[in-house]
Amino acid sequence: MSELASLQDRQDRRRHRLLALPAILIMVILGLIPLMIVVVYSFLKSGEYGGVVPQFSLEAYVSLLFQRDMFDDTLTFSPAYLEIYIRTAIFGVVTTAICLLVGFPTAYFMATRPADKRNLWVLLLTIPFWSNLLVRTIAVMFIIRDEGLINTILIRLGVLDHPVTLLFTNFAILLGLVYSFLPFMVLPIYASLEKFDFRLAEAGFDLYANRLQVLTQIIIPLAKPGIVTGSILVFVPAFGAYVTPLLLGGGSHLMIGDLIALQFGSSRNWPLGSAFSIVLMIFVMLALLFQIRRSGQVNHG
Amino acid sequence: MKKLSSLAVAGLLLSASASYAAGELHIYNWGNYTNPDLLKKFEKQYDVKVTLDTYDSNESMMAKVKAGSSGYDIVVPSDYAVDIMKKEGLLEATEPDKMENFKNMKPEMVNLYYDEGRHYTVPWQIGITSLAVDTAVYKGDIDTWGVIFNPPAELKGRINVLDDMVSVIHAAEHYKGFKLCTSDKAELKQINELLLAAKPSWRTFSYDGITLLQSKDVDASVIWDGAAYRARANRATLKFGFPKEGVEGFVDNVAVLKGAKNMENAKLFQNFIMDPENAAMISNFATYSNGITGSEKFMDKDLSNSPEVQRPASMKVQFSPPCSAEVIELYNKIWTNLRK
Amino acid sequence: MASFGSSGKIDIKRQTGFGFIAIVCLVTLYLPILVVLVFSFNNAQSIGASWQGFSLRWYGTLMQNQGFFDSAILSIGIAVAATVISTIIGTMAALATTRVKRWRGQAATTLIITSPLIVPEIVSAVSLLAFFSFIAQTFGISFGILKIVLAHASFCIPFVYLPIKARLEGMDVTLENAAADLYADRWKTFRYVTLPLLLPGISSGAALAFIVSFDDFTITQLIAGPGETTLPLFIWSRIRNTVTPELNAMCTVLLAVSVAFIILSFVLTRKKQD
Repeated sequence: MSELASLQDRQDRRRHRLLALPAILIMVILGLIPLMIVVVYSFLKSGEYGGVVPQFSLEAYVSLLFQRDMFDDTLTFSPAYLEIYIRTAIFGVVTTAICLLVGFPTAYFMATRPADKRNLWVLLLTIPFWSNLLVRTIAVMFIIRDEGLINTILIRLGVLDHPVTLLFTNFAILLGLVYSFLPFMVLPIYASLEKFDFRLAEAGFDLYANRLQVLTQIIIPLAKPGIVTGSILVFVPAFGAYVTPLLLGGGSHLMIGDLIALQFGSSRNWPLGSAFSIVLMIFVMLALLFQIRRSGQVNHG
Repeated sequence: MKKLSSLAVAGLLLSASASYAAGELHIYNWGNYTNPDLLKKFEKQYDVKVTLDTYDSNESMMAKVKAGSSGYDIVVPSDYAVDIMKKEGLLEATEPDKMENFKNMKPEMVNLYYDEGRHYTVPWQIGITSLAVDTAVYKGDIDTWGVIFNPPAELKGRINVLDDMVSVIHAAEHYKGFKLCTSDKAELKQINELLLAAKPSWRTFSYDGITLLQSKDVDASVIWDGAAYRARANRATLKFGFPKEGVEGFVDNVAVLKGAKNMENAKLFQNFIMDPENAAMISNFATYSNGITGSEKFMDKDLSNSPEVQRPASMKVQFSPPCSAEVIELYNKIWTNLRK
Repeated sequence: MASFGSSGKIDIKRQTGFGFIAIVCLVTLYLPILVVLVFSFNNAQSIGASWQGFSLRWYGTLMQNQGFFDSAILSIGIAVAATVISTIIGTMAALATTRVKRWRGQAATTLIITSPLIVPEIVSAVSLLAFFSFIAQTFGISFGILKIVLAHASFCIPFVYLPIKARLEGMDVTLENAAADLYADRWKTFRYVTLPLLLPGISSGAALAFIVSFDDFTITQLIAGPGETTLPLFIWSRIRNTVTPELNAMCTVLLAVSVAFIILSFVLTRKKQD
């Protein structure tokens, strides 16, 4: 009997490997191999006019943390780039937190609608995102600028006597980021919650006296895979986002994505840009690995 | 869906066969910079099908071209980019100086540093990087970079600066009277301090000066002449300044890529735009000056008489070759320090 | 202490404030859209200008704008293709790596599949450019539009994979085990039990994938070839210069088409149920 079971096991495993094969293939060819190119670039010398020269060099990584003081040539610890990483990370974390606080109730609401209406709500949520991101960002700018919609209305109503500065602030950047990434939080949580039979929860009232407890003890743990997925899908791209923050923040403070793009642009330092990216990716990979290990231990068939 | 599959098939066919494109031309230009009527005129005159794609920076265009097999015949690099692309062997020496319409080129355009004698490129549009100020807000002297680097009280916090490292630092070098692309560390230190001191008075770093000025988010901006002309259309009190310390000029040029599939058509196009009437069509659309004599009579009167085009003769305009890698590295440090 | 059958049975579906937050959220999402819509009728030159009277002229300009239609259709086509490819592959991969007996290389596979998420877009763009050009120059194969579709599919896969995985992780296995007893065939179990249960996850993933592909700018900008201007590229090139309300008109038209599409599919599925 056990021999049959282990044969079944092996067949299962093989089948699963095959199922995953197309994904693996595409990702290796279009993801890993180009990525290797970037890793190699980070260890090369920068070309005179951009691009790279096939010569080994650690210059890029050294200049990440240290810089030759331009005026006396000593190697000093330079926190400039670190500050940019940290600031971007903070934006990422805050964006994720806001998306979670707003997104979870929204997903919950959607998941508790009558079954035939749920798809409608999903569509309702995603329609705004079928317009182009750039145009939406300009619309947001239009609403919050000094002479924009909000200020004009509040001044007309007499609530303010001069406009409150909303555009080109950190608030504007956060608004833009949350606006861009909200569905990436809502949809996974919705998918997680949707299968939950809420009648089971109602039976659970015998155990817990109030709604809040049912929520925290039963529902949230069940939605956890969705929450974790949503957080990843928001945090990681938010970390590398730069177009929206640039438009809404005015550009006076760089985000890491902008810094990297700059290296491939007029700063003509591809190895440095590659090195920035590698560090960025290592940081994020560690976080992902941690999450995958944890969720892998939670569920066994 | 049907259209897409026939598009896809056409695309595959086109890319598979090399000599299918007997009457085609693939142009890669800056966004919103090419007059569609000009292309239609070219298509009719030479029975050529033209495609136009756009980019928004020299570097992204160069990255694509360097990678190879971009599929484009014509690109429009700025002055320093021509220099770079020439040195890297990316451009074809099409000898515009031997073409029929070469006689129309303004003499001062012929021997610029990046293409002396015009063996590779033809000027598309010419401009300068200067500044524009709303004279209703600030009534003082605007013919100086001091407006940007040492702003008066009325303009503090109301200024936009180009998100362009080289342009801004060059402007600072002009203001301080230094040589462009200076590598003197003491001078760079002064520039560093100048920029850091001025930054709190700046509101945004953006290429989009036109929209920012028109929507009254800022009252002054570092801006190109053609853009200032367009911005003025919606905010009449804007005035374009001519800093006495000097400004940097730019020339965007039409170049043919080495190994371009439609070489003959590309050469025809280069010759085509040296015709005064066609050059005027370019200017009328893009609102910058061009390098062809005789085009003035075909240009929109409003444009050719505008203060942006009619520059004071005493204006010091410099065209700067690309700075060396060491200097760019120093610039990089200053710029990152400024923007962090 | 509420006991079973006592009055005041709590409806778990209603949490205090959740409905309110959800509605506010949706309203805020739609507000910029509304602004775009309204100001597409603005009789002014600039997109940032205040209201200067009602006018349809920007729609007139738009109708003659061949570039817009070409790029919009191209973007939609690419997004649909990329969504279909990534949804199929992503679903397969999720099934293969979730709640199954561990097979060798499973963790590595999960990491590989999610890798596009952690690479900054500009880096992917540069590396993909180098990759495709290398192939074009060494083997002489030019993929044309296909390379955009493939590139999009590759970074859409994680957006499909993760939500489905999340949904699978919480799914009740007993249903499937019971079904396995009823249907001897694994394929039938999948088709009649697993797939319907997975559907919300799959449709969430597909919706995300479509958005991601449709809006993509950085990567497409670097790898697109002649005549392959997608909508974001087209709009970006307009933004850099005078921005007129024509942009608003573009956006409104896009939305109108999507809404019409939804209404159509809604009507069709209703008919099927009858």
